[in-house]
Amino acid sequence: MYIIIIGGGEVGSHLSKILLNDGHEVLIVEQDAARSEKLADELGSIVLRGDGCEAATLESIGAARADMLVAVTDDDARNLVACQVAKYRFKVRRTIARVTNPKNEDIFKILGVDVTVCSTQLILAHIEQELPSHPLIPLLKLKTGTLEVIEAKIPPDSNLIGKKLKSFVLPKGSAVLLIISKEKGPQIPTDDTLLAAEDEVVAITEAHNEEAIKAMLTSKK
Amino acid sequence: MKVIIMGCSRVGAQLATEFDAEGHKVTIIDVDSYSFRKLPNTFKGTALVGSGLDEESLKKAGIEEADVFIAVTQGDNRNVMACQIAKHIYRIPKVVCRIYDPIREDMYRNLGLRTVSPTKVVAKLLREQIEG
Repeated sequence: MYIIIIGGGEVGSHLSKILLNDGHEVLIVEQDAARSEKLADELGSIVLRGDGCEAATLESIGAARADMLVAVTDDDARNLVACQVAKYRFKVRRTIARVTNPKNEDIFKILGVDVTVCSTQLILAHIEQELPSHPLIPLLKLKTGTLEVIEAKIPPDSNLIGKKLKSFVLPKGSAVLLIISKEKGPQIPTDDTLLAAEDEVVAITEAHNEEAIKAMLTSKK
Repeated sequence: MKVIIMGCSRVGAQLATEFDAEGHKVTIIDVDSYSFRKLPNTFKGTALVGSGLDEESLKKAGIEEADVFIAVTQGDNRNVMACQIAKHIYRIPKVVCRIYDPIREDMYRNLGLRTVSPTKVVAKLLREQIEG
């Protein structure tokens, strides 16, 4: 695949090395003179100094035949525009943007970016996993539709403890995919699987059911 | 009208001053409070420190009741992002975006934004002075 990477910082340079190793054609666009020179010394002629948001720059590197554009500068606005220029002007099939403000993830999707990656959100999810006050964590939003994969930990005082999974009536259109128990590790559940305190339940559901599931899990004995 | 101006550049300050003098409700946003020195003492509107790219500062500026949103920061990308948020997320009736780069301006105009490219406009005016 021909992959264009906008931004030759830490993320961009590591990304490009891995993709090159995997046999992809990679081109990095970096605006800063010193940084692009350093990268070119290391990686050769696959580095172009330029503004990845400018149509002229993207034109000069044959963006129209690119399979993917990945914008990983540290500036959300720049990443958005690079993806939009690629998408709307050069019809690049897949665009991926790095975002730092978690709220921009939804906005970028509305504005046409195919995939967003937010390190702030990823770190937050890990922190929330450790906090008892957040019994439910959205793990993954599916690209199309409103389904999402969530993870929830059964609190020690939940009235579900000791009950069979089938007594845990999920909202319509949801399913439990996996139960990770402290003793037995991950297991694919059946209707008769018993729920225990601290079990982690991975389920797929509609996003709007989050609150209902949370209430169900935290309802006390 | 309730007018939000993003970027207290020379153009931003000029627009804010004019709208304010005409009796409109003006809020001007800039990341640097030092930029507000360009506003006259008579300015009755609100000057707000913020980026205009995040929900907090936009809501503080009253984006939910705004009739007009104008983005005139020095950065094309910031202007484009803020204007798209104002238009597509908050459904502001009139959104105008300054984009220096004529090619980018062309693309965003085709995508439905109201845009002005100072590069094109000034070049045209200068030519008219020479040729006219």
